[in-house]
Amino acid sequence: MNQARTGGGAPLSASRPGRANRGSVGAAIDAAAAEGRAALIAYLPVGFPDVAESIGAVKALIDAGADIVELGLPYSDPVMDGPVIEGAVTAALAGGVRVADTMRAVEALAPTGVPLLVMSYYAPILATGVERFAADLASAGGAGLITPDLIPDEAGAWLAASETHGLDRVFLVAPSSSDSRLRLVAEACRGFVYVASTMGITGERTTLSAAAKDLTVRTRAAGASRACVGVGVSTPAHAAEVAQYADGVIVGSAFVRLLRDAETPAAARAALSDLAGRLRQSAVRGAGR
Amino acid sequence: MTHSLQRAPGPYFGGYGGRFIPEALITALDQLSEAYAIVRQEPEFEAELDGLLRDYAGRPTPLTEAGRFGAHAGGATVYLKREDLAHTGSHKINNVLGQALLTKRVGKQRVIAETGAGQHGVATATAAALMDLECVVYMGEEDTERQALNVARMRLLGAEVVAVRSGTRTLKDAINAALRDWVTNAETTNYVFGTVAGPHPFPEMVRDFQRVIGVEARAQVLAKAGRLPDAVAACVGGGSNAIGIFDAFLDDAGTRLEGFEAGGEGVATGRHAATLSAGKVGVLHGARSYVLQDGDGQTVPSHSISAGLDYPGVGPEHAWLRDTGRARYSPITDAQAMEAFGLLSRTEGIIPAIESAHALAGALRLGRELGPDGLIVVSLSGRGDKDVTTASRWFGLLEPGGAGAIA
Repeated sequence: MNQARTGGGAPLSASRPGRANRGSVGAAIDAAAAEGRAALIAYLPVGFPDVAESIGAVKALIDAGADIVELGLPYSDPVMDGPVIEGAVTAALAGGVRVADTMRAVEALAPTGVPLLVMSYYAPILATGVERFAADLASAGGAGLITPDLIPDEAGAWLAASETHGLDRVFLVAPSSSDSRLRLVAEACRGFVYVASTMGITGERTTLSAAAKDLTVRTRAAGASRACVGVGVSTPAHAAEVAQYADGVIVGSAFVRLLRDAETPAAARAALSDLAGRLRQSAVRGAGR
Repeated sequence: MTHSLQRAPGPYFGGYGGRFIPEALITALDQLSEAYAIVRQEPEFEAELDGLLRDYAGRPTPLTEAGRFGAHAGGATVYLKREDLAHTGSHKINNVLGQALLTKRVGKQRVIAETGAGQHGVATATAAALMDLECVVYMGEEDTERQALNVARMRLLGAEVVAVRSGTRTLKDAINAALRDWVTNAETTNYVFGTVAGPHPFPEMVRDFQRVIGVEARAQVLAKAGRLPDAVAACVGGGSNAIGIFDAFLDDAGTRLEGFEAGGEGVATGRHAATLSAGKVGVLHGARSYVLQDGDGQTVPSHSISAGLDYPGVGPEHAWLRDTGRARYSPITDAQAMEAFGLLSRTEGIIPAIESAHALAGALRLGRELGPDGLIVVSLSGRGDKDVTTASRWFGLLEPGGAGAIA
């Protein structure tokens, strides 16, 4: 049990990004950078509309050029998510999706070679057991975890388990984060730091918050070697903008909405593939902006 | 006693508590913690709050001996701590006056709140009206239906009431919606949390604002009975009235502290809200505590006839008190609570909130165990006006041609 005092600088591992992982997130971002682009990080929840179709949808995103995949583990109380993602995970849970299905999805997608991060609220991780969750994720071929409601201050057990199993760990920063919080998070992350572009929950927005660039710059200054921007990032224009200053573009709700609104699985895959392709093409550096 | 258990500091109570919450809220929580740490030392803040509690909320609330009710409780002496007589009709006003003053202090103009039965929403809307704050209250759609009177009260007081349609459409989802609002608007908005759950500093701060219940009750029972009670009984949903009355008695080893949770249709049926009796350790709404959850950590929908207890989590300090054995928690079914609800109404002329009726049912059990020498203080956390529709339906009071005799 983590007894670190809140707000204190919990002692963290000295390991830094760059250590070899299975399907390493850092390597995927660096490879995209070598091509003069920001990495495309695509989110979909497992089990929506069902497990098989969600896996098929992720494959379509990978075929269209997603560099990293973020697999959402459905949770009953997703306080960081807006109506689109909440609706999808609620439907997935109503359909009977379990934690084990996320592990199976990781296993099914691992052969693609694309790094797979599981995005999970802490309750399912804690209920499974932090160490067991990490062991299962590693043996399924996952690259690591994104934890939207777990801050490094409370993450002692996960920091230890991620070391044991060589998993990446992605924590979030927000425009409200102080510089000392940014340093704490940057130090704790391995893979990249997830920069929330705006104060708020996931969901599509017309314009990208001006706070995103400033926060990315501050996050790098705080020691992050890679910073990727998500929350409210949904269009190719957003991707083009983010690519000028960040290492990766994280898109979720826009994909989930396409999946939700498609008439057939084939139409869903086509729509996902189209958007992923356009996002990847747009996320290039120095694109005349 | 080596050291006092009273006013235990957060963020951790044993292994419980903490801040399992998005980073976006950490700065707001830090600011709240810092502001609270400052004002709690200030005589002026204390004086202002004490003045409001006295002249506006009507404190101290009386301690009433319930002789006719006590006759049904094994003849034990039963005292009721009358939070039902506080302004707005429940203990919730104690906490919101403190948090609203704090909101003014940190220079924010907007407050949000969650509410189950509507009592915390009404109290927050009241304090917001008094202190000229914009107020938005999130309430599960199911609760807006079963507590329609309180929806009207909040709107009369100038608050916006948002019916939350996601999830189970009850208190848990109202908290989710309020947290989403706060994540978005933390810079301008203070979240006036209604119970001793949630992330630090809420469990500690709300407990401190509610401990006046026990401080008064302890002095009152000593004055009236000449001794400390054998037991203190309170209902537990999130646990604010319970921790509020328990805290001042924590160091009194001879006084049992008894929390009564919503047993719903019976713990064995799975339709209940008895988190400490039947839950497992997990995280919900920012704190590590007991949670009604399945093996995957998914929150299991709770059930109670009482909207205010219909919550699948519980405050982390209660989890700690449970594990240490200093307090004990047991379930009271809907039927047992309603029997006590009817009994208090008929024997004492006091219609309790259905939430508080769980504590009364517990007191009946305790009294029969302690016998005529027993002395029990019950937290009568709220009045039952809001519950008359539910009670009418339960007892069949308004059925055509029927008097609907109570039990």
